[in-house]
Amino acid sequence: MHKARVYVTLKPSILDPQGNAVKNGLESLGFADVTDVRVGKYLEVSLDVVDKNVALEQVEEMCKKLLANPVIEDYRFELVEG
Amino acid sequence: MKFAVIVFPGSNCDADCYHVVKEVIKKDVDYVWHQEKDFQAEYDCLILPGGFSYGDYLRTGSIARFSPIMNKVIEFAEAGGLVLGICNGFQILTEAGLLPGALVRNKELKFVCKDTFLRVENDQTPFTSDYTKGQVIKIPVAHGEGAYVCDENTLKKLKENNQIVFRYSTSLGEVTASSNFNGSTDNIAGIVNEKGNVLGMMPHPERCAEAVLGNDFGKYIFTSIVKWLEGGAPGGK
Repeated sequence: MHKARVYVTLKPSILDPQGNAVKNGLESLGFADVTDVRVGKYLEVSLDVVDKNVALEQVEEMCKKLLANPVIEDYRFELVEG
Repeated sequence: MKFAVIVFPGSNCDADCYHVVKEVIKKDVDYVWHQEKDFQAEYDCLILPGGFSYGDYLRTGSIARFSPIMNKVIEFAEAGGLVLGICNGFQILTEAGLLPGALVRNKELKFVCKDTFLRVENDQTPFTSDYTKGQVIKIPVAHGEGAYVCDENTLKKLKENNQIVFRYSTSLGEVTASSNFNGSTDNIAGIVNEKGNVLGMMPHPERCAEAVLGNDFGKYIFTSIVKWLEGGAPGGK
């Protein structure tokens, strides 16, 4: 069994109005040192796969085909056992 | 001549599209459920309606894009068939790779539901021959994630190939920053693919296709399609 922790983030060139809103919220709370906030997605994908390389390949394909949209997003992931 | 309206779980403009085809332009039309693996009839134009397919989970249109019927929609489009994607339909078409770019959250974060003015940039498509280039039309939008984005190369290609069909403008047709309410790249409201047979647009022409609903500017998308299919428009069959 493996679990992939997948992080999907907006490409730097894409505006993130949601991140800006969060930044403004943090500023209102008094966190004056915040210079930028970007909101992304975090996914946990559990796989019934024993071989780590097979799991890596599968998660890579999942990211490319569905979990991230390469036009607007970047992705990275880490694989842990269990 | 026969139209199909593809229905996904969460589509909510399917009945409006069906109504316009059947009652306003008086053509045959079927609903086609997204789980169908094949079409049961021969169609001349497919409409992917607005709504919130699969609750907009993950990204708008990203799950609908893998519905069984989408294989046939892609095949149909690649063979040159006319495909019109409105709002969520536009989002699905970009996710499916039938149109370049993507649609992201509006710059002000708000869901915007209002009449917008569009300048017609290309009247030579199968969808716009009943408009004239430079004409300003009033069509409503209703979306939270309708900001069109693409990289610079794609934008350059869209311009070179005349693929930008509608731009958000003022009532006088000026394409300004203030009329770009959702933050779309280059005020883009609608584009066609390179071949010109697939149109995606965020505004809803099906919501303004009869005078009783305020205006009928939207009807001319549908009459243009009919004209093209009947061979009465440039490049028509």
